[in-house]
Amino acid sequence: MSKNWPLWEIFVRSKNGLEHRHFGSLHAADAEMALENARDVYTRRNEGVSIWVVESVNITASNPEHNGEMFEPAQDKVYRHPTFYDLPDEVKHM
Amino acid sequence: MKENLYNYILGIADNSLILGQRLGELTGHGPSLETDIACTNISLDLFGQVRSYFQYAAKIAGDDRTEDDIAMLRKEREYKNVLLVEQPNTNFAYTMARQFLFDVYHLEFLAELQKSTDLTLSAIANKCIKEVSYHERFSSDWIKRLGDGTEESKAKMQDAIDGLWTYTDELFHQTEADKAMVAEGIGVDVTKLKDAYYARVSAVLEESTLETPESKWFQKGGKEGIHTEHLGYLLAELQYMQRAYPNMEW
Repeated sequence: MSKNWPLWEIFVRSKNGLEHRHFGSLHAADAEMALENARDVYTRRNEGVSIWVVESVNITASNPEHNGEMFEPAQDKVYRHPTFYDLPDEVKHM
Repeated sequence: MKENLYNYILGIADNSLILGQRLGELTGHGPSLETDIACTNISLDLFGQVRSYFQYAAKIAGDDRTEDDIAMLRKEREYKNVLLVEQPNTNFAYTMARQFLFDVYHLEFLAELQKSTDLTLSAIANKCIKEVSYHERFSSDWIKRLGDGTEESKAKMQDAIDGLWTYTDELFHQTEADKAMVAEGIGVDVTKLKDAYYARVSAVLEESTLETPESKWFQKGGKEGIHTEHLGYLLAELQYMQRAYPNMEW
């Protein structure tokens, strides 16, 4: 049955105020079924308050073969992290 | 002990117990990972409901009976579930048709049980109704998908509806305990649920491009302990551990 169904990516918001996070993927015939399946597969232990489903073919992913040009140039640029400022002690939660 | 109330609670809980066991048989055998988990979730919801009812029944019995004794150690004729819920998982169409035909009733029943003058029963109904609303949404969705699906899925779903139809009328029968509880304001008068039930079921069948069966010949007996041949096998599996190793604990 499910081998004929398209694949869907499931995003779940765990708590109000948090962002939706990718939880995994599953098969479903359409978006409505994907929501119901996601509810049963990913939120049955009280993990969620909201679900998004996106058909996997609609996601454009970066190509791992291009990782060199895509990501390696950022590796030696530590100055892009905001770690070179002296923070006053009064500033908390940074 | 309040005999009528005790029997009344068992009448409600046995439906969930037997249907829960039937769905549990699909664990690891569902048609797909997703539907497998969905059926198991519904099964667990039903077993959770059963515990609330049987804990209350054990309290009313007032002897050393526990919820587990009530669930596991009765004989076939002492189970009061309707015949519909003990019917086997012939195929996925049957499983969903059985679920749908029960869920529509279950939802209506719980909406009324919430108004019971018995505060424990009304509180249990209040908790269960959210779960059962989802069950009904899930099963009616599948009736529509398979009914209004391919030629093959439609034929299978129509076959399942036709095959199970004969067990629907029993949902609205009353036992002596039922009548006594209705008179006391504790029980639900199920005879009053019948019209709304068939209206809802027919509406979903129509939306699913399925025929509503016209047969007026109905099976009965489950509520009085007279069951189809399927229940014995189901109980043999359900009770095996307690029968083979009495008093064994998990």
